Amino acid sequence: MKGLYTWGGILAITLASVVGDVLLARAMKQVGDVGDLWREHGLLAVIRRTLGNPHFFFGVTAMAAAFFSLLFALSWGDVSLVGPAAASLTYIGNAFAAKIFLHERVDRRRWIAASLVAAGVALLAG
Amino acid sequence: MFAAAGDAMLSHGMKQTGNIAIHHLESVIFAILNPWVAIGILLLLAFFATYMTALSWADLTYVLPATSLGYVLLAFVARFLLHEHVSPLRWLGIALITGGVGFIAGGPALTEHPAMECCGATSPVLAKTASHEAPSGMKS
Repeated sequence: MKGLYTWGGILAITLASVVGDVLLARAMKQVGDVGDLWREHGLLAVIRRTLGNPHFFFGVTAMAAAFFSLLFALSWGDVSLVGPAAASLTYIGNAFAAKIFLHERVDRRRWIAASLVAAGVALLAG
Repeated sequence: MFAAAGDAMLSHGMKQTGNIAIHHLESVIFAILNPWVAIGILLLLAFFATYMTALSWADLTYVLPATSLGYVLLAFVARFLLHEHVSPLRWLGIALITGGVGFIAGGPALTEHPAMECCGATSPVLAKTASHEAPSGMKS
C-alpha cells in the first residue's frame, strides 16, 4: 500500500507540474521579457501584468496541487525516490506538452537533452 | 540551489510531521506550520520567482532542463563540503545531466510560438523570436 500511495503521489506531482509549467510558460510569454518590462515600466508593472494574467492564476493553482501532492508523496516515500522520479517524468512530459500546447520547436537536440537529464536525475536516486 | 535546498527542508519537515493518511488529506494543510516546511516553502518561492523570469524570455524546454544543474551543484556540495559518499551511479547521473544541459545550452533559448501570435501576446519578446536569440546578457 505504501508503494501504491508513493507512486500515486509521484504521478499526481508529474501531471500537476506539467499542466502548471505549460500554463506558467504561456503566461510569462504573454507578460513579456521581465528584464525589459522592469527597465521600461518598473517592478510594479511586472507584478501587475503577471498577476493579472489568467494563465498565471491557473498555473499557480496547478503548481499548488503539485506541491500538496509532493507533501503527500514525501510523507509515504523517501525523497531520494519521490524527487528524482517525479522530476524525470516531468522533464519528458513537459517536452511533449511544450511541443503540443506551446508550439515550441522541440528538435532532436532538445529531445536528447530532456532524455539525458531525465535519465541522469533517475540515476541520482540510485 | 533554491529548489534543491527547499526540497531538502520539506523532506526533513515532512518526516517530522509523519505520514498523511489518504482519508485525512486535510492534515497536509497543517504540515506547513512546521518550521522546516515553512523555510522550504520560502526557498521554493525564491526558485519560483527566478524560474518565472527565465520563462519570460526562454522556452520551457530550454529553462526546465537547465534548472537540473541544481542537482549537480547539490551533489558537489554533498561530496566536497559535507564529505558524503557519492556512488559511481550518481556520478554517472550527474554526467548525464551535465551533458543534457550542455546539449540545450548550445541551441537557441527561444523558438517561434505561432500560437502566441494569435492569442494576445503583449510583449516585445515576440519580436525577438525571429532572431532566435536570448536577450543580451541573459543567456547562460
